[in-house]
Amino acid sequence: MEPNLATYLALSGILFSIGAVGVIFKRNALGMFMCIELMLNAVNLTFVGFSRYYGDTTGQLFVFMVMAVAACEAAVGLGIFIAFFRNKISIDVDDASLLRN
Amino acid sequence: MVTTVFFYIFAGLAIACACSLVYHRNPLYSAISLIGVFISLACLYVTLAAPFIAVTQILVYAGAIMVLVVFVIMLLNLDDDNAFNRLKYLYGVAVVLGLALMTQTFFIFYAVLKTPQNPSTNTTAGLTQSIGETMYTEYLLPVEIVGIMLLMAIVGAVVLSRRLNQPQIELMKAQEDFETFQERNEY
Repeated sequence: MEPNLATYLALSGILFSIGAVGVIFKRNALGMFMCIELMLNAVNLTFVGFSRYYGDTTGQLFVFMVMAVAACEAAVGLGIFIAFFRNKISIDVDDASLLRN
Repeated sequence: MVTTVFFYIFAGLAIACACSLVYHRNPLYSAISLIGVFISLACLYVTLAAPFIAVTQILVYAGAIMVLVVFVIMLLNLDDDNAFNRLKYLYGVAVVLGLALMTQTFFIFYAVLKTPQNPSTNTTAGLTQSIGETMYTEYLLPVEIVGIMLLMAIVGAVVLSRRLNQPQIELMKAQEDFETFQERNEY
């Protein structure tokens, strides 16, 4: 079967679902971070697919913006993980319960 | 024909690497699987006639971001994640959410028939020149805003991961002592 827009969107949906399930199952903050990156990439695939099938550049420009946001997220997020690890000697998200009660 | 073969190879590789990302408990194996997903997605972008985005994907994601993640994993020297040990209701939530998203995916498959069935004849949309022209004419303000956001992220990362050195800590303690001393004198 020749791949058309629907096939690309379906692939993107499958990758997004796997990423969402990963965010719920992982306890490790780094694992959750990587699953979020996977979800961002799934969305990027839809942008590039629509851009190709409508012959418009705007979608690819938006992918570029998403990449910039992901880079910022990586820099700040990993800084937070290191600061958290320094205080708790773990990056298990269940240990971040200081505000509970 | 070649595009079809490449699409199925790299789509399968992307899904397999994504499953391996969620399955592995060692963060380093997860990171390597994620690099596999990024590279196969870059190959899919090439089949979608978007060479600029494909190169940026490899440079920014597989290069910069994943190097940072692997560096942090090595730095923290983490143990294996004992996943699947969280609150029981999360199993249900995960299964329901996954099923809902899968249903949505197959609905897309069914409902997308209105969209163009054939790629646009305009193959210049993904070239670096047309992206650059659009970026610096029509979307100049968003690009500037993204630049400022990157600067803020750099400053934020430096501030967050900085460790206070001993003289600074002593200075802060001395200031606190001075403040309590003043409060006592007021009464």
